[in-house]
Amino acid sequence: MLKQLHRNKGRQLLIGFLIGIGFGFLLHKGGVTDYNVIVRQLLLEDFTVVKIMLTAVLVGMIGVHLLRNLGLAQLHPKPGSCGTSIIGGLIFGLGFALLGYCPGTVAGAVGSGALDALLGGFTGILIGSGIFASLYPFLEKGILKRGDFGSVTLPEWLKVNEWVVIVPVSLLIVGLLWWIENAGY
Amino acid sequence: MEWLTTARWSPYLVGLGIGVLSCLAFLLSNKPLGCSTAFARTSGMLEKMFRGDKALRKKYYRKFPPIIDWEWLLVAGVIAGAFISAISSGSFNIVLVPDVWAQAAGESAVTRWVVAVVGGIFIGFGARWAGGCTSGHGISGTLQLAVSSWIAVCCFFIGGIAMAMLLFRVILGV
Repeated sequence: MLKQLHRNKGRQLLIGFLIGIGFGFLLHKGGVTDYNVIVRQLLLEDFTVVKIMLTAVLVGMIGVHLLRNLGLAQLHPKPGSCGTSIIGGLIFGLGFALLGYCPGTVAGAVGSGALDALLGGFTGILIGSGIFASLYPFLEKGILKRGDFGSVTLPEWLKVNEWVVIVPVSLLIVGLLWWIENAGY
Repeated sequence: MEWLTTARWSPYLVGLGIGVLSCLAFLLSNKPLGCSTAFARTSGMLEKMFRGDKALRKKYYRKFPPIIDWEWLLVAGVIAGAFISAISSGSFNIVLVPDVWAQAAGESAVTRWVVAVVGGIFIGFGARWAGGCTSGHGISGTLQLAVSSWIAVCCFFIGGIAMAMLLFRVILGV
């Protein structure tokens, strides 16, 4: 039944839109569609962004792996390499601080009336994506492949059952959140 | 139902909600949440508009065709969902220059726009280089325990924190 739903293109477009509405609604309620909240996180003055992300990861990690154990979900880990994850990550980080939004929150910011997100953010992200698309043939065989590790997950890499990773990580996340809250953030 | 229209919720409640949405995305759509691909596809659509089908010969646009797909509608939904939240809580505000920026660098909308475009270029470029953004890697990838995502999210924040400190503390001196 689920497989049929997954294959129904029309239904999927609607589901994507509805999940998006939920996502945008939550991001806005969380305050992370606000430039000020994001930049203050990067300046380590406000930990709303990290609290939301860590909580989402905690809940999603347990939920998705439970669903997977029940045969109701499949994992889709992204492939990567030192060249893509490290360099791409740092370039993104640079942009994160300058723009003050990420691709998801910039869309939410537009929805809440931020014109810098619409006129500046959207424009820049589209240009940047386009530049990458043009440079891709030159990059893909070289730097993007350096230190390639494919789409390996931590349990696969450590050769353990996923719950051997999930349980300690969950405790670590709870510990981190408790520490942040306790430190007055 | 007053809680539905308050402007701000606990980050833990929001995180719980996003975690649940992630589960729903896997269950109902067999997909992780992600946002940067939608921008890559839209960039392709724009290039197609201006350069015609020549644009489609780009290897990257054969890998990520400029079509409206699930993730594109997800991002469209994000705009709508944030709008609904903003309007219903009375916090929809047209803002040209955010407060933290204005306090550090002044009220000029043009300056803010230039910096935003440059920042956006790095975001768009970096996200495609890394193969995802704070949603795709930062949330979806990390919850799947993908090594690529754990490395990427650490670098997102190392780069972001370093640049923010450099920009605000050193360059702008606040």
